[in-house]
Amino acid sequence: MNLWVVMIIGGLLTFATRLSFIFLLDRIQVPDWFRRSLRFVPAAVLSAIILPELTSPNGTLFLSWRNPQLLAGAVAILVAWKTRNVLLTILAGMAALVVFQVVLGF
Amino acid sequence: MIVKLRQQEFWSGVRDEAPILLGVVPFGLLFGALAISTHLSTLAAQAMSSIIFAGSAQFIAAQLIGAGSSGLVILMVVFVVNLRHALYSASVAPHVRHLGTGWKLLLSYLLTDEAYAVTITHYNREGDSPDRHWYFLGAGLTLWSAWQASTAVGIFIGAQIPASWPLGFVLPLTFIALVVPALKDRAGVAAALVAGLVGLLAANFPYKTGLLLAALIGIITGLVIEGRPK
Repeated sequence: MNLWVVMIIGGLLTFATRLSFIFLLDRIQVPDWFRRSLRFVPAAVLSAIILPELTSPNGTLFLSWRNPQLLAGAVAILVAWKTRNVLLTILAGMAALVVFQVVLGF
Repeated sequence: MIVKLRQQEFWSGVRDEAPILLGVVPFGLLFGALAISTHLSTLAAQAMSSIIFAGSAQFIAAQLIGAGSSGLVILMVVFVVNLRHALYSASVAPHVRHLGTGWKLLLSYLLTDEAYAVTITHYNREGDSPDRHWYFLGAGLTLWSAWQASTAVGIFIGAQIPASWPLGFVLPLTFIALVVPALKDRAGVAAALVAGLVGLLAANFPYKTGLLLAALIGIITGLVIEGRPK
C-alpha cells in the first residue's frame, strides 16, 4: 500500500472512532446502564494512564520510595485534592520531581 | 452578549489547555524528529500530524513505516491504539447533542486525550451554558496548533531535545489535577482505583489494549458499586 493511502485511511479510522458516539447518539436508543456508565469514563481512562506512568517510569515496575516519579505523583495527588487547582498541581509535582531526583541522586 | 459569552468560553478553553502544552510540545518535537529519522519525507511527517492527529498512534505508525511493516498491519495498530477515543466520544456525546453536523464533525476531529481531559472536566462542572462547545473548540484548537507547530520544529531541529528534561511528566500531573477533584463518591473512587490497578498490571499489553481493558473494567466496577444498595 502506498504511504499516503495508509495515512489517509489511518486518519479516517481515527476520525470515525472519535465521531462514533457523537454521531450515533441521536440515531440509536441508548440503554440506561450505558448512560450511567459515562460518568466513570474520565476517572477510569485517566487513572489507567496515570498509575503506570508513576509506578513504571521506565517501562518496568518500580514500586519503591526511591522512585521519584511515584513520590512526586503522591505530592501532586495531595495538592490536587487540597487545592483543586491544575496549575498549582503541575508546579508542585514538577518541583517535587526535581527535588526527589536530586535527593535520590538520579 | 451572546458573542461575548462565546468568546469567554473559547478563551477559558484556551487558558485551561495551555498548561498541558508543556507536556505535549516535547512530545511533538520528538515525533517530528523520529519521523524524519525513519525516512518519512518532511511533507509526510507534517501531514501525519494533521491527518491522523493522535500522538501515540503517530509514534507507532512512524516506527512501523520505518520497519517496513505492511499497510494493513499499520492500519490495524492505529485503529486499536485509538479505540479509547470511542469512549471519549460516548462521554461527550450528550453534551454536543444539540449541535449541528458541522460542529460535530469539527469537534470530533479535535477530540484528543488532552482536549477531552479538560473539556469533560468543564462539562461536568456546575452550570449549564449552551455555549460550552466554544470551550471545547478553544481547548481543541490550542492543542492542534501546538501539535502542528511542535511537529514542524521537531522536523527542523531533529533529535536535539535534551532527554534529561522531565517535561513529559507534565502530562500525568495534568491528568492527576483533573481526576482527583472529580472523585466525589465511592463508585467514582473505585472506578479510578480499579482502572489504575488493571492499567498497571496490563501495561505491557500490545498497542494500548491494556489501557482499554483497564478503562472498561474500571467503568464496570463503578457501575456495580453505584448499583448496590447503600
